[in-house]
Amino acid sequence: MFHFSNIVRTKGDPKIVEGGPSLKRPVDQLARALGWFSIGLGVVELFAPRRVTETLGMEGHETMVRAFGVREIMAGIMSLSVEKNAGLWARVGGDGLDAAALLSGLTADNPKKGNIALALLAVGGIAMLDYRAAQDTKPRRPARDAPRKLYPNRSGFPKGIENARNAAKQIAAPDKA
Amino acid sequence: MKALVWHGKEDIRCDTVTDPEIQDARDAIIKVTSCAICGSDLHLFHNFIPGMLPGDIMGHETMGEVVEVGSGVDGKLKKGDRIVVPFTIICGECDQCKRGNFSVCETTNRKRHLADKAFGHATAGLFGYTHLTGGYPGGQAEYLRVPFADATHIKVPSGIPDEQLLFLSDIFPTGWQAAAQCDIEPTDTVAIWGCGPVGQMAIRSAVLLGTNQVIAIDCLPERLSMAEAGGATTINFETESVLERLNDLTDGRGPEKCIDCVGMESHVMASLPDTLLDRAKQMVMAESDRPHVLREMIYVCRPGGIISVPGVYSGLSDMLPMGAFMNKGLTMRTGQTHVNRWTDDLLHRIEEGEIDPSFVITHTVPLEQGPEMYQVFRDKRDSCVKVVLKP
Repeated sequence: MFHFSNIVRTKGDPKIVEGGPSLKRPVDQLARALGWFSIGLGVVELFAPRRVTETLGMEGHETMVRAFGVREIMAGIMSLSVEKNAGLWARVGGDGLDAAALLSGLTADNPKKGNIALALLAVGGIAMLDYRAAQDTKPRRPARDAPRKLYPNRSGFPKGIENARNAAKQIAAPDKA
Repeated sequence: MKALVWHGKEDIRCDTVTDPEIQDARDAIIKVTSCAICGSDLHLFHNFIPGMLPGDIMGHETMGEVVEVGSGVDGKLKKGDRIVVPFTIICGECDQCKRGNFSVCETTNRKRHLADKAFGHATAGLFGYTHLTGGYPGGQAEYLRVPFADATHIKVPSGIPDEQLLFLSDIFPTGWQAAAQCDIEPTDTVAIWGCGPVGQMAIRSAVLLGTNQVIAIDCLPERLSMAEAGGATTINFETESVLERLNDLTDGRGPEKCIDCVGMESHVMASLPDTLLDRAKQMVMAESDRPHVLREMIYVCRPGGIISVPGVYSGLSDMLPMGAFMNKGLTMRTGQTHVNRWTDDLLHRIEEGEIDPSFVITHTVPLEQGPEMYQVFRDKRDSCVKVVLKP
């Protein structure tokens, strides 16, 4: 089987013949996809806020859209990092802000309220994915009060710690003299 | 053969790979009998150190039996010899090797152009530790090619179990060097941040080097209990103020010697705002390291004291209190370990029963369970302190 990574191996070094199973779970892939989506959306909001507000009939709110863009990019970077859980929860919070902002534009006199309804639907769907991913990527570190094994007998000194201390003193004394 | 292979961030797999081959007359191939996961492997697992490529074999704590030697090994090794492999690859001939500065060997880094750019000057080649240090395949595998094998080995006698000898490859000499470069005096207090495997070895080394008092700082009960067993007074930084306790224990003078066994991934806590800021900056690649421990050591160390840094740092650290460091006249000593400088003495101490480094092992599993154990070790599950893998 061809493995792309073998191209960069130094001649004579071991090359992959058959890949083993990955411990990455589908939810890790989902978190990664959401992270990149967040960054993509954030870039659009940051650099083309007028396109966004015109599509939604919410002209005049460009500054808020830019701020939301920065938030999306930050949450995206966090979702791609080792602390993806924090990034995903930040995205869930962001989804709430997005929904609130969209609802504020859902007025009878907005000619683009159909687009807002579609956007709300999309935010709802994405929020469900964000929530699911945030739930399933909880850190697996044991709780602080979880029972722990202790190692009070593992001194590492087969002849005892006092013996080790005394031996060190005997060596140190002539050195000093 | 089977080997633990890096495929990306948090993605290590047990793959089938081709067997290593003799590439140079000074090479040897060993059949690995034991290898271990090092705390610094977690920096690679998290992709915090640049220079890993998918397909790289992990591992730099390895021992085994010589099964093949190149023509240039010159009688220094033969088939059947039992060796521990130091994680620093050394030529034994360059100016630095002759001075005993093995971790900065001028010959063995085969990708020195990368390291020259990153660090100004290349350092030694290392096993399984990024292409900045040569991109050499690591030893978490069934077989390992040992380059410059005539110099890069520690011959060990039969009759002592692997578990007592394996850590001569890295963590024991690393903890020892950390303590030795503190120039410990019998009246000194040595404070050690981090009670992982290297911290545990540093505690025992400080005791064996005759310090008056060892203080160990961590937050995990299992590690603190192991530190206490080794003769340390412990501080749990989650429940106690490190500064207050250190001052109490040293009559307000501060420890004369401070050792950082934590490195670039220090614990992040809401009560330590600098750690939150470091983590945020690390996430957006505005800073590569989280140097909270360095800051704290500089602040608490007794003026004129020594700071020893075996913990791994990869690049840029912000907000180091250089004013305190300079005005207090502190000395900082760092570096990857010059393994072979110390191993004759340490092997002798093991043979004499002065120390048994196997105390630190909490998990021994087959190599195939390696990927899972990376997660267990990282998450500190099951009171894990040190994992040994058996191919």
